[in-house]
Amino acid sequence: MSEAIKTDVLIIGAGPCGLFAVFELGLLDMKAHLIDILDKPGGQCAELYPEKPIYDIPGLPMVTGDGLTKALLEQIKPFGPVFHYQEMVQTIEKVGDPLFRVTTDQNKVFEAKVVVIAAGGGSFQPKRPPIPGIEAYEEKSVHYAVRKMDIFRGKRLLIAGGGDSALDWTLNLAPVASELTLLHRRDDFRAAPDSVNKMKALVAAGKINLAIGQVTSLDGAEGQVSAAVVKRNDGSVFSIACDAILPFFGLTMKLGPVADWGLTLKGDLIEVETASFETNVPGIFAIGDINTYPGKLKLILCGFHEGALMAQKAHRYVYPDKKLTFQYTTSSTSLQKKLGVS
Amino acid sequence: MSVVRPAFPVSRTPFMAKITYIDFEGQSRSVDAENGSTVMENAIKNGIPGIEAECGGACACATCHVYIDEAWREKVGGPSPMEEDMLDFGFDVRPNSRLSCQIKVTDELDGLVVRTPERQA
Repeated sequence: MSEAIKTDVLIIGAGPCGLFAVFELGLLDMKAHLIDILDKPGGQCAELYPEKPIYDIPGLPMVTGDGLTKALLEQIKPFGPVFHYQEMVQTIEKVGDPLFRVTTDQNKVFEAKVVVIAAGGGSFQPKRPPIPGIEAYEEKSVHYAVRKMDIFRGKRLLIAGGGDSALDWTLNLAPVASELTLLHRRDDFRAAPDSVNKMKALVAAGKINLAIGQVTSLDGAEGQVSAAVVKRNDGSVFSIACDAILPFFGLTMKLGPVADWGLTLKGDLIEVETASFETNVPGIFAIGDINTYPGKLKLILCGFHEGALMAQKAHRYVYPDKKLTFQYTTSSTSLQKKLGVS
Repeated sequence: MSVVRPAFPVSRTPFMAKITYIDFEGQSRSVDAENGSTVMENAIKNGIPGIEAECGGACACATCHVYIDEAWREKVGGPSPMEEDMLDFGFDVRPNSRLSCQIKVTDELDGLVVRTPERQA
């Protein structure tokens, strides 16, 4: 196991609430690391609606998901947060009073005095097509991500989807696979036009096949697919022989390992008390869409408020001997120094 | 015979259209929907199973996918190009597929019937 990364506070989730928590913690001299399963900050703002307008952020009559993410990153820059992307927290273990050892699915280990769960709707995970029995093939011959291109060398590949992931992997894997079929439900692709043109050129040159339809069932045995049964839009059915399938149907949110951390849950949400948004485990907090309490509203602005109150209590764990004096950024020279404006 | 009209509106209740959701097992549930609201919002508000609406109505997730009853397809109309793109994320997409967050309730749609798929995501 790798050596533990030590930090005051570990924030799980780099969406708007996780990002703003860095600011509130930073004003109180607490350093933070953030872990997110996505490859970028912003959470749902980045993944679901980067270009959609948000109208209820106080002081900003209109801002896009991407705009809000960029503004928050600018705001927290003075506090030097460290980001760990494309990782999912697997376990949280209490090893001190309070001190937590946190491990990720990429085998990274953290030691933090405080853990803040700002995981929104949970982890973004690839959508699993509702094909009967697909689970038995997953990780063996059905893959939702490509970690090593080489495992597809010399194989007959079926890639399903019409977005950038499907098109990018079609282009990248065409020279690797012995045979490649791109399957999409319509002859119209939302992926970048440049990728679509390149794909069409490969089809015209006879290097890859393009099929229109949707997979309805799989043939195979012991985790190894042999063919996909595909339904055309006119209802007719045909079969595509293949050794591996890569479905790219976007992401969905799943609670994931949060349920195994010994926290009191209400449905898919973590129960917190409303003075500090601490969970039933002292030192573990939950803010933003992932928490619940009487009167909870799933609004970004509420998550900001929760982060501010969380930081006050977190300070007691990180600096048990220091007295905390409440200060304003407008008037406090010490806060302004931390922000680099004084 | 003359019709007596009240001098002021008798009721300020907005027009309510009836919408029926039929799940994949065939169970039917009807709700009264206010004009201007979306078919997705009414499903969520009334706890209709089979519609998730992960993104909250931003046409960004395809987890409010429904099939429009054949009798209603013409009145409801087809998806916009953006919605058509998003339907790529749906499963078992059919010619009568729509995202319910993009269908606004109007007088015209009073009585609308939609079917929800077996799974959204």
